Amino acid sequence: MEFSYHIEGGDFSKAGLASSEVKKILKQLNVSASVIKRVVVALYEAEVNVVAHAYEGDVRVDIAPERVVVVVEDRGPGIPDIPLAMQEGYSTASAAVREMGFGAGMGLPNMRKNSDELNIESEVGKGTKVTMLTRFNP
Amino acid sequence: MTVQELTERLGLSVCSGSEGLGREIKGGYTSDLLSDVMGHAKEGDVWVTLQTHKNIMAIASLKDLAAIVLVKGRVPEEDTAAESEEEGIPILSAKEETFEITGRLYEALKAEQTV
Ligand SMILES: Nc1ncnc2c1ncn2[C@@H]1O[C@H](COP(=O)(O)OP(=O)(O)O)[C@@H](O)[C@H]1O
Ligand SMILES: [Mg+2]
Repeated sequence: MEFSYHIEGGDFSKAGLASSEVKKILKQLNVSASVIKRVVVALYEAEVNVVAHAYEGDVRVDIAPERVVVVVEDRGPGIPDIPLAMQEGYSTASAAVREMGFGAGMGLPNMRKNSDELNIESEVGKGTKVTMLTRFNP
Repeated sequence: MTVQELTERLGLSVCSGSEGLGREIKGGYTSDLLSDVMGHAKEGDVWVTLQTHKNIMAIASLKDLAAIVLVKGRVPEEDTAAESEEEGIPILSAKEETFEITGRLYEALKAEQTV
């Protein structure tokens, strides 16, 4: 089963819409509550990163009987140093974005903690592709 | 304890989402960093924050929180309140600042042995 959603950069009011849809779908498929929680946290953070750091992006969700794979691909500045970006507390978010409570530098760490496999590919000046896999029966 | 009982006990005002006043409270979480709440708040928590923009509702809904408590008499922005109505997750307002209302919330939940 596959679904996709578009994300507009800069539009914080819509951040979380894809996560909300995916939550409903996984619930309908009777995926366990604990797995749904992890997938939703990871996807929400990926969505917010597109809104906060990129120009636009697309979410693709692929659900199989044993796992869900979420791919979030954006057009944006890319991440020059991925290990540095993965460090808890590291953030390049603007002061305005921080004031809203974003930009704590906990997004990528949250994504790592809440998925079984996290892969980030990024090209500076082009964009970033985040792939997260979560198994239903860990 | 329900959200309704909490509003009475702490003298909170209900800004929106009154349909959800019967929601059961399982705990509390205080933070203004959205990723911190996303990563650490639990289902059924009451969330104490000074943030009033719409994303707090996205988080409350995704995490199945019981209610949001805004501090220092703050009220939700219009679209935040609308979302709260739609989701049936109440937004409450406390006159106190974060330290004080968190302490009172903790005492109230402790008395009920929920924390
Ligand atoms: N999709 C993205 N495009 C460009 N840069 C990104 C993207 N995602 C993350 N980053 C970079 O990695 C940093 C850390 O991300 P994250 O842990 O989510 O923290 P935060 O978003 O709070 O800054 C960001 O501040 C940004 O510099
Ligand atoms: Mg982030």
